[in-house]
Amino acid sequence: MIRDFEVDEIDPLAVGAWILGTGGGGSPYLAQLNLKKLYRDGRKCRLIDPLELDDDDAVAVVSKMGAPLVGQERLVDPAHLARAMKLMEEYTGKPFRAVMSVEIGGGNALSPFLAGAMLDIPVVDADAMGRAYPEAQMTSFAIGDLQMYPLTLVDCRDNEAIVAKAASWKWMERISRKVCTEVGSTSATCKAPRTGREVKDWGVLHTVTKATSLGRAVLSARARHTDPVAAVLEHEGGVELFKGKVTDVDRTTTGGFLRGVAKIEGLDSDRGSLLELSFQNEWAVAFRDGTPMAMTPDLICLLDTVSGEAIGTETVRYGQRVTAVALPAPAVLQTPKGLEHVGPRAFGYDLDFKSVFAS
Amino acid sequence: MKRIGIDVGGTNTDAVLIDGETVLSSIKFPTTADVMKGVVDAIRHVTASQPASASQVDAVMIGTTHFTNAVVERARLERVGAIRIAMPAGASLPPMVDWPDDLREAVDPLSFMVEGGHEYDGRPLVPLDRDAVRDAAMRIRDAGIQSVGITALFSPLTTECEVEAAEIVRSVMPNARITLSHTLGRIGLLERENVTLLNAALQGLGQRTVDAFAKALKESGVHAPFYLTQNDGTVVLAEVAAANPVYSFASGPTNSMRGAAFLTGLKEAMVIDVGGTTSDIGCLVGGFPREANNVVEVGGVRTLFRMPDLLPMALGGGTIIDAEKGTIGPRSVGYRITSEALVFGGSTLTTTDIAVAAGLVEIGDRDRVSHLDQTLVSTLLKRIEQMVEDSVDRMKTSADGVELIAVGGGSFLIPEKLNGVSEVLRVEHAGVANALGAAMAQVSGEVDQVFSEMSRDAAIAEAEKLARQRAIEAGAQPGTISLLDTEDIPIAYLPGDARRVRVRVVGDIAFNEKREVA
Repeated sequence: MIRDFEVDEIDPLAVGAWILGTGGGGSPYLAQLNLKKLYRDGRKCRLIDPLELDDDDAVAVVSKMGAPLVGQERLVDPAHLARAMKLMEEYTGKPFRAVMSVEIGGGNALSPFLAGAMLDIPVVDADAMGRAYPEAQMTSFAIGDLQMYPLTLVDCRDNEAIVAKAASWKWMERISRKVCTEVGSTSATCKAPRTGREVKDWGVLHTVTKATSLGRAVLSARARHTDPVAAVLEHEGGVELFKGKVTDVDRTTTGGFLRGVAKIEGLDSDRGSLLELSFQNEWAVAFRDGTPMAMTPDLICLLDTVSGEAIGTETVRYGQRVTAVALPAPAVLQTPKGLEHVGPRAFGYDLDFKSVFAS
Repeated sequence: MKRIGIDVGGTNTDAVLIDGETVLSSIKFPTTADVMKGVVDAIRHVTASQPASASQVDAVMIGTTHFTNAVVERARLERVGAIRIAMPAGASLPPMVDWPDDLREAVDPLSFMVEGGHEYDGRPLVPLDRDAVRDAAMRIRDAGIQSVGITALFSPLTTECEVEAAEIVRSVMPNARITLSHTLGRIGLLERENVTLLNAALQGLGQRTVDAFAKALKESGVHAPFYLTQNDGTVVLAEVAAANPVYSFASGPTNSMRGAAFLTGLKEAMVIDVGGTTSDIGCLVGGFPREANNVVEVGGVRTLFRMPDLLPMALGGGTIIDAEKGTIGPRSVGYRITSEALVFGGSTLTTTDIAVAAGLVEIGDRDRVSHLDQTLVSTLLKRIEQMVEDSVDRMKTSADGVELIAVGGGSFLIPEKLNGVSEVLRVEHAGVANALGAAMAQVSGEVDQVFSEMSRDAAIAEAEKLARQRAIEAGAQPGTISLLDTEDIPIAYLPGDARRVRVRVVGDIAFNEKREVA
């Protein structure tokens, strides 16, 4: 099925994507503004079901790469995402049938829409994480050991780079990150093109629809004055981890990551307890009174207790009333191979993954 | 030590004279078309009844909602020149892209996006296109525009491009009023640019307002230094305040909240300040307004700078009612209420008329609203009740009932019973709570800079030390200084664990010293 993606779906997609960003992925606000402006200018996106793709279709995987803080200054421009795609077509000689997101969490959920609207190419209802993660090897495509090259990278100053080959996903991450940092820690990228078959086999499917309907559930709960956090839990089959007030946030930036810990003092039934949310761009592990209670790849989301709006690792601040929730991770991330890429040890925590949802 | 606090709202001008914490006299006048005549009258009134003459006043603190009202009503704004120095980045989202259409049209900016700006690490993005800046300045000048807002990429970290562009603009337009974004906002180009352009659109009004206040004080025989109250409830010298009207955006509601805390002795409560044009709901935490910790919308514009966490409502004593549609606001008759409201012999139906018809308050001539349909009156009151309940609920952080302090000239519009509110408190002098809050305002000291090569704790300690020094220099009594807030953000990728630390302290004005100086 291929259908028009309507203008009134933009806000719900952004709200849902921000929640699935698990604290990282960057706010979708600027991408949202860009997309609305493109719609106002008469452009429109189409959404294609991944199961409709032919096995040998070429699918572009676009994303804005870099530090979210830089993205708040060097505002994302759809023209550069479109240019990264065109550069890839020029390099491979094969035109793209569709475009998809590498991560449905955060601002990059909208990246393929920006490129797709510019080039009139449909957006695939899928991504490669089902959430947000900071690095190239943390995708379902990497877990599937799919080819990691070539990659195109575009800067606003007519700097264009092609990573023709890389020895591994980690090498691809290192090389492309280096180029990205060199051009100011923000760039538009087109990752290794995927075939329709690969998307069907290794993509995390129907996540655009999922994010959009999650966002709609939150917006409608707000409009009806019912509990938006409860709406998130119900929609995603999640569990509430902790309710409280942020009392301290310590951040450091090392190795290109925003790392740190947010401390949350319990309120209501959690009064007397302390939740420590450890993060590396995204929320990684939640410790309740020193004991791990949730960890990656389970989705740990910090929500404003009142509005249900997601709170990012860069925007969490003292005094906020928050509810931490866990949402189930896509199955591919929970396989032994998946855990090698995105389990707690991939982030330096000496913990065996135990899902909140394991019975 | 005698202080006069004055709050000039769109509808009423309030004034108090206090000695220490004792209220000597207070007065509320309707704000007149000649705003300053009201100020002169108010000062004369509060000083006349006292043995102390106007000349013995130590300081005058003035709070005004002029600037916010101008944005909310999309009126009295001036046309601005917007220069953004960030190209080739950000081209798809031009200045004011996320402003409401009517406000953008009211400001009608002449916008330019030129090449330049810096990276996060201090490298230039591309060289500043000086010719483009000069060309923009000439076109701004030729359009007869006098106020210019300049926003450069990463200017909070590297101010160079904005400073240089300002020099170029000044060489073309020597008398231009220029707002540089790094002096107001934080990281976040659009939000910082938004604050900058709002400020630019208000600067003319800011200078006219401060000049007029100065004249009014002189006419009243007051020779004390005068201050304008700021968003955080502190004060700065009026001449300084004139250049940055956005820092006075929330001073009215902030002052009324601090006044409400003083009058009730409550340190944790919700406060609703009902003025003539708008109401503001805020939350007292430890006796100070809760700070907004993210983007704050002003008149529908996203901004990112220090503001109290306030929820504005288009509800005031002068709010215009459309009887046919049954709608309330958002327009208000403002200071013209004494001539335009029905009860005052006018022909415009306002919320005050509804309150008088319902017997909630006795103002003006009740007979003039006796013809109003009782069903309409009760429907509108119910609608007001819902508006207030909804707004209070949005500001609450738990399901528990909160105490709500109702202050301001239009506080009669707030019902006795509200869902989600344990008690509605009304207090003596409530009508002049904001003037009281202004009179009691303190001096702050602030530090906002990048520290590197030191630990987080050391950086924060150093910033606090500097902030305390600045507060003392600004006239604070050393023993009264306390820490208001601390915030630190590591700057990604900069070497040496660099972090931007912001610390603000407040203290009481050291009157003794001031007097000796005088």
